[in-house]
Amino acid sequence: MKPDGDVPFTDHAEVPRTAVEMRLADLWRTPPGLWGALTTVDHKIIGRRYIVTAFVFLLLGGALALLMRLQLAWPESRVLDADLYNQVFTVHGANMMFLFAVPVMEAMAVYLVPLMVGTRNIAFPRLNAFSYWIYLAGGILLWLSLLLDMAPDVGWFAYVPLSGPQYGAGKRADIWAQMITFTELSALAVAVELVATIFKQRAPGMSLNRMPLFVWSMLVTAFLVILAMPAIMAASTTLILDRLIGTHFYNPAEGGDVLLWQHLFWFFGHPEVYIIFIPAVGMVSTIVQTFARRPVFGYLAMVLALIATGILSFGLWVHHMFVTGLPRLGESFFTASSMAIALPAGVQIFCWIATLWDGRPVFRTPLLFALAFIVTFVIGGLTGVMVASVPFDTQVHDTYFVVAHFHYVLIGGAVFPLIGGIYYWFPKLTGRMMSERLGRWVAGLLFVGFNLTFFPMHILGLEGMPRRVYTYQPDVPWAGLNLFVSASSLILTAGFLLFFYDALRSARLGVPAGDNPWDAPTLEWATASPPPAYNFARIPVVDGPSPLWEQRGELTVAAGLQLDRRQLLVTTVGDARPEARESSPTGSIWPLLAAIATTVMLIASIFTPWAVVWGSIPIAVALIGWFWPKGTPEDEA
Amino acid sequence: MTPRTLRVLAALAGALSCTGCSGWQSALDAHGLQAAHLLRLITFIVVVCTVVWILVLGALAVALWRRRSGPSEPSDTGPAVERRLTVAVSSAVAVTAVVIAVFTAASYQTTRALSDLPSDALTVKVRGYQWWWEVSYQDPQSGRTLPSANEIHVPAGRPVRFVLEAADVIHSFWVPSLAGKQDLIPGRTNEIAIMAQRAGIYRGQCAEFCGLQHAHMAFMVIAEEPAQFEAWATAQLQDAAAPTNPEQERGRQIFLTKACAACHAIRGTPAAGTTGPDLTHIASRSTIAAGLLDTTRGSLAAWIADPQTLKPGNNMPMVPLAADELRAVSAYLASLK
Repeated sequence: MKPDGDVPFTDHAEVPRTAVEMRLADLWRTPPGLWGALTTVDHKIIGRRYIVTAFVFLLLGGALALLMRLQLAWPESRVLDADLYNQVFTVHGANMMFLFAVPVMEAMAVYLVPLMVGTRNIAFPRLNAFSYWIYLAGGILLWLSLLLDMAPDVGWFAYVPLSGPQYGAGKRADIWAQMITFTELSALAVAVELVATIFKQRAPGMSLNRMPLFVWSMLVTAFLVILAMPAIMAASTTLILDRLIGTHFYNPAEGGDVLLWQHLFWFFGHPEVYIIFIPAVGMVSTIVQTFARRPVFGYLAMVLALIATGILSFGLWVHHMFVTGLPRLGESFFTASSMAIALPAGVQIFCWIATLWDGRPVFRTPLLFALAFIVTFVIGGLTGVMVASVPFDTQVHDTYFVVAHFHYVLIGGAVFPLIGGIYYWFPKLTGRMMSERLGRWVAGLLFVGFNLTFFPMHILGLEGMPRRVYTYQPDVPWAGLNLFVSASSLILTAGFLLFFYDALRSARLGVPAGDNPWDAPTLEWATASPPPAYNFARIPVVDGPSPLWEQRGELTVAAGLQLDRRQLLVTTVGDARPEARESSPTGSIWPLLAAIATTVMLIASIFTPWAVVWGSIPIAVALIGWFWPKGTPEDEA
Repeated sequence: MTPRTLRVLAALAGALSCTGCSGWQSALDAHGLQAAHLLRLITFIVVVCTVVWILVLGALAVALWRRRSGPSEPSDTGPAVERRLTVAVSSAVAVTAVVIAVFTAASYQTTRALSDLPSDALTVKVRGYQWWWEVSYQDPQSGRTLPSANEIHVPAGRPVRFVLEAADVIHSFWVPSLAGKQDLIPGRTNEIAIMAQRAGIYRGQCAEFCGLQHAHMAFMVIAEEPAQFEAWATAQLQDAAAPTNPEQERGRQIFLTKACAACHAIRGTPAAGTTGPDLTHIASRSTIAAGLLDTTRGSLAAWIADPQTLKPGNNMPMVPLAADELRAVSAYLASLK
């Protein structure tokens, strides 16, 4: 730490507590009104915004799913024509993966990780603001294109040559590729912030082996994002180059290669699944721990399982390509590696069951979702083992069996924990509890509706129904199950609508929660609900993995941060020993301006390659403004 | 295993075998050597996984509802309990490892069985187009090449080697009742071997999303006794049947003078287009437009009159024909057995 001698305002014990808090509130506050909203760098405001936006995209994507179910309920139905259906399933997939699932997990982390590690703001808070605006712009681009009937219609993995210059007419595939660029940018930005926050801003004493499992899962996820995103960046950029300036990366007639796309895409695309799943696993660990009333059994095994999942996730992309005619030996290797991921997944499932076994489970709504997760995710995991087998996969690849499988993994494996996480952290975000009675209904409707909707799809796939068909003929016997699936999707819809109703109602009328309504052990519950702008008046000091259970009553706190500027405590990576004090940037309009300049450049580049040249000038101006010293105390250190 | 688990398993097996009795395009209804191998593997893995799922859920249920003694403060756990749990979790992980090792070995075994084929295979080249299948037979003994579309006749009991190529985008060749799928990829040649075990009609469908009419890219595989197959092949090698009445003759003239002949070939006539399916024996095929409609004179007329309503986006333009011209052309095509 720096010497404190020449510091005008210091958080010493002799300053009355309320005065410190008033001073901190003034320092960290976001000004009211529009200007405050546009310039804020508070991770809680941005995180909340991110979460709400992602759930809006969930709602919109869900509406598209219902449209598809309406079309497929009967054979040769004419609700949607082929062109619209293909846009709808593409936007549904791209929206759910890129605008909902990945961002919502990162959004939860943007809100929660700084609180869980006991710091006052996320690292690089202006980058955080920028990442939200970029994400929003990408989302608007995709949905606007659907409104204009020019949405991508090539599937969420946009295989060439269908998405290439010769067969992908209009600007549809370009919009897909640039939407990827937007979400890529925002995801990378958040990943970098999370790594820096987790490594350098943990509360004193929170050594790596005391980090909450959710923080561990976000650390692994952030590294996955950083390592996986460059592959999709290369893929979408080369696709745009092929389409816009006539390169031939994917044109076999000119020496390009069609399968190169699939390798690049799935080298990103498979880790992408774990980018969604690993945070969910962290949420389940958090919920199980709190409601089983004991720390998660096998902490070290859980952490190693998370890391192993992350590493293995880069070694199994080829299982998406088992029917492309790759060499047999290579395919066998990827069968083995894909099956191997069942081991870390199994370790986690068994550890949760062991935790519940030894604990004293309290059946509140978040735990119900964790249980719904285990029941459905084990099915998704087992069907994952099935598709890992090359011969098995040749029958089910690109059929409704796979549609069922990945919805079990993504809804059962990620959305259930997420909704459970919302019920769990809602009191922290809003200061109010969600309804326990409605919560049980939501859990029941979602669980029953989900399984009735998606389980029959396994059978449809085995009965020969390919995915991505806008209709089917009456001479194949799929009509009955399809009607059943469509009808069941209404139950699932009811569950989601009830959840949204509960959230909206509780935000205004819920029972006030208090700081720690669940008697949970992690640091986010050590501050008020909702937390003040500065998160913690004094930085907590941690001496175990479950600080609020180990130190009943008053938490030990650290002192010594200045009170004339926004300042954070920087600690060492391994043991979280205090190391330095670091200023944290104040609000700024420049991230928004930089995001607007970037958006203009990226969208214009769909139409002319010169946009990249001229569009970079406003971006440079915005970045210079962003980093120009403004003479605030924060600039000094 | 408890009697109850056994009952559940029996019920599941019953459900599986029942769904297996339906459909001519179903992995559960295997009529090919390959599909039979795959169905065995699928059944084995599904049954083992079902058992695993039931065991995991059983453990979860016991964990949740077992009897406990008095309340206690969150973080205390005894070392004895930790030890017992460690043993339990480690054993479960060890069992998982054994299960996936067995699955991997079983998969490898099945893959080997699938590629182990007698050498007297018939070779059929299949080329995927948006949205139909070009089929051509190459018999190494006779050197004959036989073009057709959307319908593949094969001799039952004899292995057939399909050589798969794509003309435009990626497609995937899949006849679930006979074998697993294999992609058709521009710039590459893939192969898949299929042996139908008994005569029958098996439906296949493109499995890789290939654009607007991906849903309407089906085909039929018709497995016949070898003698019947030979007879079929001999008939198909003939040139198109000559018109037998004035209406058919007129239809032939219209076909040759309007746009039709630019895209389609009818052997034995000057029509030699290669953009669309070969129509030399179109009336011998059971469906038109890649499984869209049964082949009748009426459906041929409907298709010619307005292909874009029946299969929007397909590459066949509407050729303006007067009503009597349409009648003549459909009469001619319906005569091309």
